Amino acid sequence: MELDRESILKLFKTMATIRHFEERGIPETGQRGMSASVHSSAGQEAVATGVCANLTNEDYIGSTHRGHGHCIAKGVDPKLMMAELFGRATGPNKGKGGSMHISDMSKGMLGTNGVVGASIPLAVGAALTSKVKKLGRVAVAFFGDGASNQGVLHESMNLASVWKLPVIFCCENNGYAMSTPSEYALSTAHVADRAQGYDMPGITVDGMDVFAVYDAAAQAVARARAGDGPSLIECQTYRFYGHTVFDNPLTYRSKEEEDHWRARDPLKLFREAVLPQGDITAAELDQIEADAEALMEEAVKFADESPLPEPVELYDDVYVNYPRELLKRGVNMAV
Amino acid sequence: MTITNQTAGQLAGMHATGTREIQVREAINECLRQEMELDENVIIMGEEIAGGAGRQDQGVEDAWGGPFRTTVGLIQQFGKERVLDTPLSEAAFIGAAIGASSTGLRAVAELMFVDFIGVCMDQLVNNAAKMRYMFGGQVKVPFTMMTRIGAGFGAAAQHSESYYSIFSHFPGLKGVVPSDAYTAKGLLAAAIRDDDPVVYFEHKGLYGSVGPVPEEPYVLPLGKARTVREGTDITLVGISKMTWVCTAAAEELAKEGISCEVIDLLSVSPIDYDHINESVLKTHRLVVVDEDTPICSMASEICSRVAEEVFDYLDAPPSRVTAPHTPVPYSRAMENEYMPNESRVKTTVRNLMNR
Repeated sequence: MELDRESILKLFKTMATIRHFEERGIPETGQRGMSASVHSSAGQEAVATGVCANLTNEDYIGSTHRGHGHCIAKGVDPKLMMAELFGRATGPNKGKGGSMHISDMSKGMLGTNGVVGASIPLAVGAALTSKVKKLGRVAVAFFGDGASNQGVLHESMNLASVWKLPVIFCCENNGYAMSTPSEYALSTAHVADRAQGYDMPGITVDGMDVFAVYDAAAQAVARARAGDGPSLIECQTYRFYGHTVFDNPLTYRSKEEEDHWRARDPLKLFREAVLPQGDITAAELDQIEADAEALMEEAVKFADESPLPEPVELYDDVYVNYPRELLKRGVNMAV
Repeated sequence: MTITNQTAGQLAGMHATGTREIQVREAINECLRQEMELDENVIIMGEEIAGGAGRQDQGVEDAWGGPFRTTVGLIQQFGKERVLDTPLSEAAFIGAAIGASSTGLRAVAELMFVDFIGVCMDQLVNNAAKMRYMFGGQVKVPFTMMTRIGAGFGAAAQHSESYYSIFSHFPGLKGVVPSDAYTAKGLLAAAIRDDDPVVYFEHKGLYGSVGPVPEEPYVLPLGKARTVREGTDITLVGISKMTWVCTAAAEELAKEGISCEVIDLLSVSPIDYDHINESVLKTHRLVVVDEDTPICSMASEICSRVAEEVFDYLDAPPSRVTAPHTPVPYSRAMENEYMPNESRVKTTVRNLMNR
């Protein structure tokens, strides 16, 4: 780990921003009657943060249904994201996507995705673009332990290996696919074991330790940029809440287990790792957290004050060029 | 079963110089070559696209261009970076082609037979078709999926279906069904150059069909049908190879004094409803001939639209000649009955004329 002071503080700032976005944004979204399907990534901040700290604006990521953290770590503006969650016209997707489809092509963010595993080949394709056009960019496919059992992951890992594409497969193993434990659903002890089958390095790291994730991703990104092909990183992490806001996780996991992982909160582990070195003070970190909290206040205000989309916008962007009349021909629309 | 040279020229609005007779498979191959020459962002991938080229020890010379030879010679000209044989992993490579198309390439991917769509449908439906919409217009997905339809070869139920209507059902996708060499080339160029995802359906029974094709690149409009035979008594709409079943039946029916207008649909999304309506306003009768199964089909879609939109002009119920609601059978004895043919079209037309 060769991070300067500023970069170290930035890791904390990203994690704090994600945490406060989840803690504030999700209940606020619910209070506005929007979205049944919002998935909190609180607890998993170190993964998105540690991986994306190795990426530039030009690099690509494909994300999951639990993707707010990936968006923030890749540089998407939390204020715009909040607007998207609230269904406002100022969201990056103009209110057409919501939590599970947030994208920002200007940041190489190829979308959170509502189908488990579906974004994986998109990242592979972005890596192919980089290789064919010699752009020197890398792509990261984020997915969970649930998606690690999807055929499309295995096909994609094989394809990326055969074509030596600059892609990193990053598994966030948070222990549960909805309520199904990964130890039940996985045939191998670790998701990373599966890398062997596709002739790529596979590593399991502590996904609560942002520095461990950062180091593993740095190696994988270097390998990809050097043209040596894909890697698989499994980050062992934990979601502090249920699958969505609607399930009670204590129906399928124990309080003791939750307490164990809460004690390994990535923001807490960061403090424990950094403060004893004396270079960074608790006051600085407190200030970063306070700033993140204030940013969410601002984001909620921005989103609330943003206009809703016009109903007729529902016809826009189905295609690049398409007569609106043909989209509603013969279906007796009101707008 | 080919349209005339003159008609081809008129439809394209272009000069007929440099036009010669070639097969559909050659027209497809020529189009791919020209589009790849014109735009370095065009790449093509799929199973057996080069064929054998994945083996270093064999080199590129062994490429055979796939089972229908539509991609022969491409790897020799454009190399392995742009002409990619894939593992048998449709979900991954169709998905990767969509990802590549959304990040600056113009990828063409081939699904060898449309019957295989189940293994990669998610990528097409949940990513290609919806990304632009879900992303609020931030992205273009200029992706083309080439695939094959058509029964009549004793290939049985998993290599013979004509699943185009299911793609028309999805907003965000476009689809074309060329019927001869001229439309095969012009519609493929249109599909590749279009900024939206387009599914290109090649009928296996048309590859050897010869027709006039301009040497130079040209583009036919997406979403436009064409009239291949004018008539006054009844409108027959053909889809892909069925267009020529319609013209053959029309030829026979003319001898009985029944004048059929034959429309070649060419595009299954968007559908050129106006072109069909205009014909029905003249003939007052409609039969759609569709090799796909009947329920929720292109044929039923066209019939329902015509019934809704030009009901007052109809002298007979809009009707269909399609495959039955069964999978494609293997034995020729059954398969011949399965496919719409001239005889069924003629009987249907006569019945409608006698009402």
